[in-house]
Formats: sequence, structure tokens, C-alpha cells
Amino acid sequence: MKIQTKADLEKIKEKGLKSLYPKTTKVSVGMATCGLSTGAGKVYEVLQNGVEKDKLPILLGQTGCIGFCQKEPVVDILEPGKPRIFYQGVTPERSMEIVQKWLDNQVVDDLLLCKMEREDWIVEGVVKDYSLHHLPAGMDGTPHYHQVPFYSKQFKIALRNCGFINSDLIEEYVARGGYFSLHKAIMNMKPEEIIEEIKRSGLRGRGGAGFYTGNKWDSCRKSKGDTKFVLCNADEGDPGAYMDRSVLEGDPHSVIEGMIIGAYAIGAQEGFIYVRDEYPLAIQKLKTAIQQAEKVGLLGENILGSGFSFKIHLFRGGGAFVCGESTALMASIEGKVGEPRAKHIHTTESGLWDKPSNLNNVETWNNVPVILARGADWYSKIGTEGSKGTKVFSVVGKVNNTGLVEVPMGITLREIVYDVGGGIPDGKKFKAVQTGGPSGGCIPESLIDLPVDFDRLTEAGSMMGSGGMIVMDESTCMVDIAKYFMSFLKDESCGKCTSCREGTKRMHEILTEISEGRGTLEHLNLLEELGWVTAEASLCQLGGTAPNPVLSTIRYFRDEYQEHIVNKRCPAKVCRALLQYRILSDVCTSCGRCAKVCPEKAISGKQRTKKEKGKPFKIDPKKCIKCGMCFEACKFKAVEVE
Amino acid sequence: MIPFSIDGQPVEGRENGNVLEVALDVGIEIPHLCYHESVKPYGACRLCLVEVERHGRKRMTTSCTYPVLEGIQVFTQTEKVLRARRMIIELILGMCPGDTLIQEMAKEMGVEQIRFKQEDKDCILCGLCGRICEEVVGAHAIQFAFRGDKREMIPPFLGEAMNCIACGACVVACPVDVIKMKEQGDERTILRWKRTLKMKQCKICGNYFAPWFQLEKFKEQAKLAKDFFDICYTCRT
Ligand SMILES: Cc1cc2nc3c(=O)[nH]c(=O)nc-3n(C[C@H](O)[C@H](O)[C@H](O)COP(=O)(O)O)c2cc1C
Ligand code: SF4
Ligand code: SF4
Ligand code: SF4
Ligand code: SF4
Ligand code: FES
Ligand code: FES
Repeated sequence: MKIQTKADLEKIKEKGLKSLYPKTTKVSVGMATCGLSTGAGKVYEVLQNGVEKDKLPILLGQTGCIGFCQKEPVVDILEPGKPRIFYQGVTPERSMEIVQKWLDNQVVDDLLLCKMEREDWIVEGVVKDYSLHHLPAGMDGTPHYHQVPFYSKQFKIALRNCGFINSDLIEEYVARGGYFSLHKAIMNMKPEEIIEEIKRSGLRGRGGAGFYTGNKWDSCRKSKGDTKFVLCNADEGDPGAYMDRSVLEGDPHSVIEGMIIGAYAIGAQEGFIYVRDEYPLAIQKLKTAIQQAEKVGLLGENILGSGFSFKIHLFRGGGAFVCGESTALMASIEGKVGEPRAKHIHTTESGLWDKPSNLNNVETWNNVPVILARGADWYSKIGTEGSKGTKVFSVVGKVNNTGLVEVPMGITLREIVYDVGGGIPDGKKFKAVQTGGPSGGCIPESLIDLPVDFDRLTEAGSMMGSGGMIVMDESTCMVDIAKYFMSFLKDESCGKCTSCREGTKRMHEILTEISEGRGTLEHLNLLEELGWVTAEASLCQLGGTAPNPVLSTIRYFRDEYQEHIVNKRCPAKVCRALLQYRILSDVCTSCGRCAKVCPEKAISGKQRTKKEKGKPFKIDPKKCIKCGMCFEACKFKAVEVE
Repeated sequence: MIPFSIDGQPVEGRENGNVLEVALDVGIEIPHLCYHESVKPYGACRLCLVEVERHGRKRMTTSCTYPVLEGIQVFTQTEKVLRARRMIIELILGMCPGDTLIQEMAKEMGVEQIRFKQEDKDCILCGLCGRICEEVVGAHAIQFAFRGDKREMIPPFLGEAMNCIACGACVVACPVDVIKMKEQGDERTILRWKRTLKMKQCKICGNYFAPWFQLEKFKEQAKLAKDFFDICYTCRT
């Protein structure tokens, strides 16, 4: 069937609602990459076999990721008339236990995550309340979804469907308001009106630079030429970042719908999604979604019978971080080397094959249908003066709750680290947050009440980037961190510009000197000068932002650099060459364990025997290679690191 | 022609032209290493930095890649530009401390010491050889490989440059003169690309004047008469 009218879309929605909220109890497993990597596939298999074998009255489903990566695999149970129940950390062995107990009106206490008291259908602006009656006994204390600290401050627009729908079923996407914005855009709005709405919403690109999306569309629409392209940047090269992957796996139609609306507004006939090659599941989900959308006439020739046609191609990325840069990405699609080029003429005028091209990030496209559905006025009330809406962050590092979190712009770092993230584990002290991916900056504790938005992060010497957030505690050395990111950047620089290639290499070299005890105070000035030239003289924003990790750590942690340089000490005890291992003679029991493990035979002493007390052991600093084995081996805490 | 200004001096450039070529035409010296008028600007060495003011906004950029635009004001000698160029030439000198051209340029810009560990590379990664070979000769014999500080200009797959016709164009174009050519008897070798080809003898004077391969390729490209390359350039004219 080809959809032509709103009534046709409503019919699909009906079907989707039945699939989302069936009359039979439904058990769904979160099966995005994160879930699969912790065994969700096996959980699903076990459930499938168990349900079939005993012919249980259970429907099995699969969904994307609900973001709480640490708690995967996540399984939820939905029975009509009861709240949705979420289980965490479900192993294959225990998965049937959950189902069997449920059928006996019982729960598996130790795996309970929460009960969902309401669902927000953000596209339609509807709240679906669940009845909290008829729950198995003993569930009164189970927290509501919105009370779980990890979720309490989250506001899901981009991740609206992730974890709630089966992304292989277009009807489930439609059931939650999907493709109604497209219908509205094509049937009731002029392209200029759509662009105006996006402009008024204040939406800024989520791929890093924070360019105003409406303005970009506008200039592409106004560029001369009949052939135009819209592109989706799904290259996601930041190590440790996976918000785009999660959206593509859990809700691919949201990106496709955004792109069709954008293409209609801009006047493009063809689109490309440039997906990172290491995302096979995302690629598969996108393929399915594109086919389904084409089949029902939402994509392809004569969309919704309107005469407007638009085709989407998938393109698998070149595998380099720099390929995410707009001009390198376009060169890569053209079959050339994925290397940035100067763009004094905007790609909106002359981009892919020299045609006007509009590139947006996955999350940017995904926000578009919601903005059209709810209106710019609604959207622009969320966030801060200069940054509207929400942003998805991947929170990792020294924090209790790790995972994908979507929060309104303007939330403070403190709220993200302590409320959503649950604070620092093991009673350690918070030290800094690194935001913005490898070329972001480190923000110190003194700025922890900084509201998170594009401009404030930039002012603080960091950036929004694509939304990576690494929490660091007192055991992190800032010189070491800067060195780590510089090592990544020097390898990932395309190598074209002298300033970027040599600049990152030399910064890395100097940081290595400092971390190995050969630093001088002169090096600090040289680092600042190199940082300046790398940022100012390089061609693309990889070079343009590369010094951030160095400059921000010098700015906020100069003392720590000086400790390394002047006193040859690493206060966080990370830089190996600066450590001194010593054995406290009054604590040493002469057990001799350390001497046995030392690979360099640097430890000597006289081992205690039944008859003799022995002599305390000693480390020869000249032989010691600072491997730390003796420290680990000593049971009496006699080995000290300084 | 499009009017704009360089260091306050009114100048004109052709459409699709770049700022560096206009500056060089009117005798304003801007240091550059990866630019050559016969190939497309590339923007690799970053030495030709200038500041450009357009619509009231001033930014530093490379003049070889900056298009000629009406009314822009270009400044080639600002404090910022000189400071950045000094740093860049120091970085290049750090790679190839033994190169006399780079040494001279550094001295001229007032750079007297290298504050980094000195390397002993010879190629400055300007990419001119590869671009000449591709855009002018059409042979695509050499290319950049690897990323970051591992970048290298090499024949594909690290082997002999199978597409190289030993024309020697890259030899002439290399600014630091590190592509050497050797002619011995009826053979010509491009040492850097490990390519040796037989040369053709002129039917009149008997000199070996060009590799067979190159002549065949030119004949093909230019649709010349079959015997066109039997005599050398000197004897023909
Ligand atoms: C080195 C480098 C890597 C980048 N990688 C990505 C990426 O993986 N994904 C992305 O969306 N944008 C990336 N960008 C930003 C893009 O160049 C571009 O600004 C963005 O895709 C535009 O979309 P937006 O306006 O929706 O943010 C990268 C930029 C640079 C300089
Ligand atoms: S700034 Fe770095 S990554 Fe960008 S083009 Fe130059 S060398 Fe390549
Ligand atoms: S740190 Fe390693 S090398 Fe040094 S004394 Fe201990 S075990 Fe031996
Ligand atoms: S000599 Fe070989 S590598 Fe050099 S330009 Fe000619 S064909 Fe290309
Ligand atoms: S060999 Fe010469 S021309 Fe080729 S990249 Fe190196 S320096 Fe440039
Ligand atoms: S000459 Fe312009 S960057 Fe090299
Ligand atoms: S590269 Fe310098 S000329 Fe061949």
C-alpha cells in the first residue's frame, strides 16, 4: 500500500499500536550493539526457546537501547493494565525465571530496575499513564522510572523511541507519531515555512560546531542549481561516543523522516547517509528502514502522492576520524581520498560533486520531526538563550552510572556528574570532566556549576563536540590525559597541513618529555605557542581544535604541569617514569613476595624462614623499571609509591 | 578582472584565481612551498598565510587557496602572520634540518634555532610531485599514503612506480630537490620512485632524448603522427 492521505497513516498507526501494546503480555529485550555485547542475543534465544517449549502466553519483542549501558542486558515486561517493568543485568540463565515468576504474579527482586508509571509520547505531546494497580506483591518499593536517578533529569527528544520500539517495524515508529510531521510538511507547509520554523526553533547542529540548522538549510535552498543533496553525517569517529549509533539502531526512521523533510525544504532530490563502517547493525537497520519507507510511499518517487521525489543512498565510511569532517566526507563519497579541502565557498553552495549540499549530523536530523510536530515555540522553550533543545551525551569514566543520557541544554555539569551519573565511585574526589571528544578540553572542579551549552563550553576552553563526556577523579593525571588525546590526534590528523601534522606531533613529543621527567618550564611556553599555531594555521577543524586538550589542561592545571617539570613528581601517580618505589623497612615482613615477582631482579633482602626473622627487602632504584608488580604483590602495604 | 587590495595596494585578479598568484604577479613576496601555477592549489605547507578582511571580519588563511573576491583586503605582513609563518618554518626545519632552501627561508624569517628534536627527513610533504604527475602528466604514478606523522609520498603499495613514465616532471617540480634522476646509456632512472625505463634514440642526432613509455603515452594522448617521436625536439625545430 502506498500512503497518500493522513487516514492511510492513521491505519498504519493503529497497526503499530497493536504491536506496541498487544493484548498478550509482551517481553522485550534491548538488542542494540550495547545489549548484544553483554549477551542480549543469548537472552532472547533462551526466552524464545522457553516460551515455545512450554507454549507460554507471551509475545517476544526486541527494542533498541534505553541508555543505561551499565545495566545491560535490559528486559522489559508489559502486561495490559499494569506498568511496564524493567529488569537489568539479565543473564541467559535467569531470563526464564523472570517470565515464569511473572506468570505466577511474582517478580525477581534482585534484577528489578524500575516500574514505568508513565510514558511520554514526545512527538504528539501526549503522556500515557500506566495503571499502578494489580502489581505483584512486594513492588511498592521499586522506584518509578522517573525516580531512578539516572533517568530523573533526562529529557528524551532524540532518544524518544530508543528502547521502546522495534526499529525493524515502521508501524511502531508511526504509532508514536512518526511520519506525521513529514505529512504535515509536504501537505500543509511551504518549504520556506519549514525553514522558518527550524530557524525559529533555534536548533543548532549536533555534529560539533553548533551551526544554526535553519540558516544552513536556507543558504542551501537559495544556492543556484537544480541538483542538490542532503547528507547525514553518521561517521561518529570519536572514540567512546555512540549516541548516533544508538539512534540509528534504535530509531532509524527518525533520521530518515528528518532528511526527507529537509530535502523537501531545501529542494534536494537525493540524499546520502555516511555511516561508519564499524556499525554493521546500524547499517542493517537503516537498510530495512529505507526499504520499508519506500514500500509505503514515504520515500522514493512521488512521496505521499505529492509529486516530490527523494532517494536515500547509504555510504559506508572510510574508517578515518577525519572522514567525519564535512569536505573530507564529501570527497570520500566522490571516491576520492578522504582529506579536507579549503572551503572558502560553503558546501551549501558547492559541496558534493560541486553541487549545493546540506550536511547534518544524525541527532540534528532526528530532532527535525519533533520540532515540526510540536512547533518552534515549544522547542525553543527548552534549553538556554543560545542553545535550544536537548543533547545526548555519552557519560563514561570515573562515575557510578555510565551510559547515554539526554538532558536539556543548560543543565550543569554537577547535575550530570552527581545526579544522573551518581557521583564518583570508591569515595574518590572529582577532578575534571573532559567534554567534546578527543579535541575537547578538560573542565576543572571550580567550573562544575557551568551550564552545559555550546557557548559556555567554548568559553571554558572546551567544546560541545558530538557529546562525549569523560569524568575524571583524583587518580587521573592531566599531563597524561593531554598526552593520550594528542597521541590520538597526531595519528588521526590527515597529515596534509604542516601546522596540524607537525604541531600535534611536537605537542605529543613535549608532553612525553614532561611525563618522563625531562620537561622544562620553557616547554610550557612552547606548548602554548604550538597550540596557537596548530589552531590558527590549519586547514580544517581537526587542527583547529586539536590543541584544546593541551591548552585547557595548562590553563586549569598549570600546577600539576609544574610539579612534573620542577619537582619531577606526578601527583596523581600515573606517569611511570616519575614514580619512586620504596619498601618501608618497618612494615616489611621479609616475606620476599616482591622479590619473586620483580622482573628486573631489582629487589634484594633476606627472606624470613621458620627459624630466622630475615632482613627487610630493598629496591635498587637503578634497576627498577617501575612496573608496579611489587606494589601489587605485597600483602602488607610495605611497598610505597611516591 | 576582479579588484581587491593587498597591503593597501589596489590589485586585480582573474575569476577563479587565487590571492597568492596575484601577489606574486605584482611582486609582493609571500613565502610558499606547495604552490605551483600549473597545478591546483592544495594548501599543505601553510607558509603562504595572510590575513584577509571580508565583510568586516578578519581571519588568517592560506593565500594559495583563498579565491580572488571583490573588495577583500589582504594583509601579508601582520604581526600574527609573521609569527605563524616563523613557527611553521621552524616546524619544517625540524623535519628537514639539512635542507639548504629551508635553512635559508628560516633565516630570512628570523628563525635561528629549532626547539624540537631534529629529524632527518628530506621530503617536506608538499605534494607537488604527486599533483604534477596526476594533473599535468596524467600518470598517477605516486601518491600520499598513511595519515598523520606517518604520511609519505610513495608509489602505490611501496613498490616500483609502475605507472611512472620517467618524464622527470616531478624532478623539476620538487621544491627541495629530493627527487633525483639518473641517465646512463639508453636508460633513465627516477631514483626516488625506483623506476628505470629505456630511452629512445633520435634518428638524426643519435641522442637519447626521452623514455619510450612517455612518448607512447603522449602519442596516445595527443593523437600525433606515428613517426612524430622518431626525432628529438632539437632536431625537429
Ligand atoms: C575531524 C572532524 C571530525 C568530525 N566528525 C564528525 C562526526 O563523526 N559526525 C558528525 O556529525 N560531525 C562530525 N564533524 C563535524 C562535521 O564537519 C560537520 O560540521 C557536521 O556534520 C555538520 O552537521 P551539524 O550542523 O548537524 O552539526 C567532524 C568535524 C571534524 C573537523
Ligand atoms: S587540519 Fe589536520 S586534519 Fe585538517 S586538513 Fe589539515 S592536516 Fe588534515
Ligand atoms: S616496581 Fe617492578 S621493577 Fe621496580 S622493584 Fe617493583 S617489581 Fe621490581
Ligand atoms: S617521472 Fe614518473 S612520477 Fe614523476 S611526474 Fe613523471 S610519471 Fe610522474
Ligand atoms: S618529494 Fe618533493 S615534491 Fe614530492 S612531496 Fe616531497 S618535497 Fe614535495
Ligand atoms: S603555498 Fe599555500 S599552503 Fe603551501
Ligand atoms: S613533487 Fe616536488 S615536484 Fe614532484
